[in-house]
Amino acid sequence: MAAPEPLSSLVGRALEDVAASADLAALDEVRVRLLGKKGLLTEQLKGLGALRADERPAAGQKINDAKAAIQAALEARRDALEQEALSAALARGSIDVTLPGRGQHPGTMHPVTRTRLRIERIFTQAGFQVAAGPEVEDDFHNFEALNIPANHPARAMHDTFYFPDGRLLRTHTSPVQIRAMQIQKPPLAVIAPGRVYRCDSDMTHTPMFHQVEGFVVGESVSFANLKAMLHGFVERFFERSLGMRLRPSYFPFTEPSAEVDIECVFCHGAGCRVCKHTGWLEILGCGMIHPNVLAAAGIDGERWQGYAFGMGIERLAMLRYGVDDLRLFFENDLQFLKQFP
Amino acid sequence: MKITQHWLEEFTPAGATAAELAAQLTLAGLEVESITPAAPMCSGVVVGEVLSCARHPQAERLSVCEVTTDGADRLQIVCGASNVRAGLRVAVAEVGARLPGGVAIERARLRGLESQGMLCSARELGLGAEHDGILELPPRFAPGMDLRAALDLDDMVLEVNATPNRGDCMSVFGIARDHAAARRHEFLRYAAPPVAAAHAEGFPVEIAAPRDCTVFAGRLFRGIRGGAVSPLWLRERLRRIGINSISPVVDVTNYVMAELGQPMHAYDRTRLVGRLVVRSAAAGERIVLLDDKEYALDPEFLVVADDEGPVGLAGIMGGRRTAIDDRTVDVYLEAAHFTPQAVAGRARRLGLFTDAAQRFERGVDPGLPLEAIERASALLLEICGGEPGAVQMHRGTPAAASARRVSLRRSRLARALGTTVPDEAVRELLGAIGEELEETADGWSVAAPAHRFDLAIEADLVEEVARLRGFDSIPESPAFAPQRPGGATESEAAPERLLTAMIDRGYHEAITYSFVDPAWQTPLFPDAESLVLANPISADMSAMRVSLWPGLLRACRENLRRQQPRVRLFELGRRFVVGDEGLREVETLAGVACGARWPEQWSAPREGVDFYDVKADIEALFALTVGTGHDVRFEAAELSCLHPGRTARLWRGDQAIGWLGELHPRLAKAFDISPAPVIFDINVALGFSSKPMLYKKISKFPSVRRDLAIVVDENVSLAELRENVTVSASGVLSDLLVFDVYRGPGIESGRKSVALGLILQDSSRTLTDIDADAVTTAVVARLRDVFSATIRD
Repeated sequence: MAAPEPLSSLVGRALEDVAASADLAALDEVRVRLLGKKGLLTEQLKGLGALRADERPAAGQKINDAKAAIQAALEARRDALEQEALSAALARGSIDVTLPGRGQHPGTMHPVTRTRLRIERIFTQAGFQVAAGPEVEDDFHNFEALNIPANHPARAMHDTFYFPDGRLLRTHTSPVQIRAMQIQKPPLAVIAPGRVYRCDSDMTHTPMFHQVEGFVVGESVSFANLKAMLHGFVERFFERSLGMRLRPSYFPFTEPSAEVDIECVFCHGAGCRVCKHTGWLEILGCGMIHPNVLAAAGIDGERWQGYAFGMGIERLAMLRYGVDDLRLFFENDLQFLKQFP
Repeated sequence: MKITQHWLEEFTPAGATAAELAAQLTLAGLEVESITPAAPMCSGVVVGEVLSCARHPQAERLSVCEVTTDGADRLQIVCGASNVRAGLRVAVAEVGARLPGGVAIERARLRGLESQGMLCSARELGLGAEHDGILELPPRFAPGMDLRAALDLDDMVLEVNATPNRGDCMSVFGIARDHAAARRHEFLRYAAPPVAAAHAEGFPVEIAAPRDCTVFAGRLFRGIRGGAVSPLWLRERLRRIGINSISPVVDVTNYVMAELGQPMHAYDRTRLVGRLVVRSAAAGERIVLLDDKEYALDPEFLVVADDEGPVGLAGIMGGRRTAIDDRTVDVYLEAAHFTPQAVAGRARRLGLFTDAAQRFERGVDPGLPLEAIERASALLLEICGGEPGAVQMHRGTPAAASARRVSLRRSRLARALGTTVPDEAVRELLGAIGEELEETADGWSVAAPAHRFDLAIEADLVEEVARLRGFDSIPESPAFAPQRPGGATESEAAPERLLTAMIDRGYHEAITYSFVDPAWQTPLFPDAESLVLANPISADMSAMRVSLWPGLLRACRENLRRQQPRVRLFELGRRFVVGDEGLREVETLAGVACGARWPEQWSAPREGVDFYDVKADIEALFALTVGTGHDVRFEAAELSCLHPGRTARLWRGDQAIGWLGELHPRLAKAFDISPAPVIFDINVALGFSSKPMLYKKISKFPSVRRDLAIVVDENVSLAELRENVTVSASGVLSDLLVFDVYRGPGIESGRKSVALGLILQDSSRTLTDIDADAVTTAVVARLRDVFSATIRD
């Protein structure tokens, strides 16, 4: 049997082998060769028995130190190799994060609905209830009860669609006012959004559009309250402070009646094409509910009074989103719809 | 209607620029829609007198004129107009003048002769289309006067939109009166001095409808001068308010109507037969009006008739047979008062829209006919001479309106406006618009003037005070609303949630018209009765939709044509169902999916959308209905517009709530929609009603899964399998999965293999393998008995 290799050279060579191991398998081979059951260091430990008893502790200590050094080197090398392997695996697994995500794309909400829901939210937060009524109406609710008797000149302003039996498509959402007042007792605060119809079709008119009717009835609900409510509404709708003015006007179902203008949202009142250089945009009509209307709905006009207003949803949507052609709302062109998430 | 600022100022001082006047009128309720100059800008144009006029030696059509503009100078001007002549007063654009459009006048040579300016036509000055000759100015215009001053060209035209309640503001005079009241300005009452009668001849008139015609004033003019033309000032005023000059008589009646608001009519006396009667039309009676169209009448219409039949539709338009023309010598002038009740709506029924009808149906002051006839007489006499007879006043039943008194309570005014108006201000305003103002114990009372048809009740006076004082004077004060809890229902899925669910699943919300094209609706629903409009905009918008599909399919087709190959649209709206119990408006959620299942992308296969994709979307909606989400059943059914093998009817309990299916290939082809889309509709009220969920105890014991692949006939539905599995595994089946459906090699034709995963769980103990095997055995046995199922290993 050849003389065992000196421990120092064995350690030196072992550390070189560890460092030279290119992968975990090679490293394990080195470990077995050195520290395995028949490993070189194991053999050295076995050789201790051949030494004198007094030499054994020192020699044993040296071998154990060498073993510890080699083990530390093995572990360090293993960590490094594992880290390398992980890095390599991660590098192999990297992806193009700029590719689009997988699956369905979200759809879109129609701008008229979007606008209606915002209007509903603003008013319901102020305590209004949302009501609905039929779109196929009768003459009483659409006209008579709203103080528009047959042959009234105001009927000329409502190009009405009729059915052969005399029923009609409601020309405004105001009939809901009558229906709600017939069912519920004041005090009342109601808005009624919905489709309305006029027999008119050109650049700025579609035969169907949407309105929101709103009304409040109480013992002292006043014109001053109406002004405050509407000014608050337009400022919240457009999310900015806005000048507002009321112009006296005429609706058969309100008195006094007013058209509401707001400071042009495009030019801030300076005058532009949209506001026809007036600085003002007409956005809704309103007034104090006419005593005849209260009476038609069975409400005592001596005790109760109230205000009502009506606005076109498309008009507000056009102003809010800068849409310049009303007809786009009903063409359902995906290129248009997709602009309103 | 249009007015001019200077015309208005003949009655009340405007005290403002045109823009300020417009703002003041608008804020008092007379909306001014436009302000335009009476004439375009020009400068250096003056009145001249043609001293001499000779033919140009080198040009037959040109004249060489000597014109003076100050009495001393002599301008040589070459002019091509045929009406130029010595002595004529003309509009001279001197050298250096600028005409509308920026034309600068310079010294020029025309066919060898110098021209020191230009004689202008009306068109060159922007005063209308007249270009046949130069503008002839009246002899009273002194040479040298600036033309802008002489013709009042710096006047401004205001287009005023009077609301339907304000018939009294449909004239220059009426607007001036309201403006004066609003501004508390001085106002000059209208006073037309009477024209003396030159003879006693009149024309017999009878008012047979005294309630409808309260006043009928007439006057016979004999021997008017033929060929007379209206003076320039009159033609100019009419031009400014958009009325063409026709003839002196027509111009005068138009002028008086515009100024005073009283519609008038002129008959050719020689064409009137017998006598005039104001009466209701007979049924079937016909008349040709001035528009040369014939109209059939009924007793709703009021006519003025002579012995041979109607000569005019009262308050609307005159008749052709008795109309005046160039040869008319004797004119019978009419200024009548017809009540709003007698005129309102009648013109509209005939498709007519006339100035007279517009005024009468809103209400014309019954006191105006006499003023109007005197004013018109004076003008006529001045323009075309003739001999006026005496004014004949015929009266019907006097309008009760003249005696109306209206009260206003101080407390009511304050309560309605939400602010207190000082008594002094109320008195002043009511005094300005009403008559005979009186103080009462709790407020005021006024008599409504005859011209104010809109003042009848207290609210009318509240409005007047608010309007005339200005809405700006009313503060904004928030109301204290009653404290009332709002709704937070769980008994239905919120419509907004349904919308967002559809949107999140990739659908775009559409809004289609409620009336559709029968050419789309009828093929889809050949048996459905629909409500059809009597007066549709067009045939393709004539039938109320019985389903949202016609509109959605059409929108789908349009998008395909617009190069959008993948369409997913939905709509939430009403359909109009005609049934035995009448019309029902059914809130419906409907959708269409056409084209690829996924938007085109790099990591998803390109496959077409199919029934099961859309079914998943619908199931996601039903998942929103808490408590009862699982009781919706999809049953194979047939609907003529859908693919017979790919149609499900949706049920909830015993109520049918909707449809899901692939459009029938025949219709897909007819509508030019390819590939055939999957469509659905759901009754919102029935489909998405809901109950609060009820908590179920969570089992503490583990579940066991057993998988079975069973082979059954093609026609066995999963619903049937599920029902039988559920019965056999009752009590321990917590879920049933279908993880494969296979047809092909290994399975006989006409059969299919369905792989089921049974998730078994007991709420009181852990199930053992023996328990699970027992359940599986029972299930297999049942499926074998019921469906002749075999187990596939």
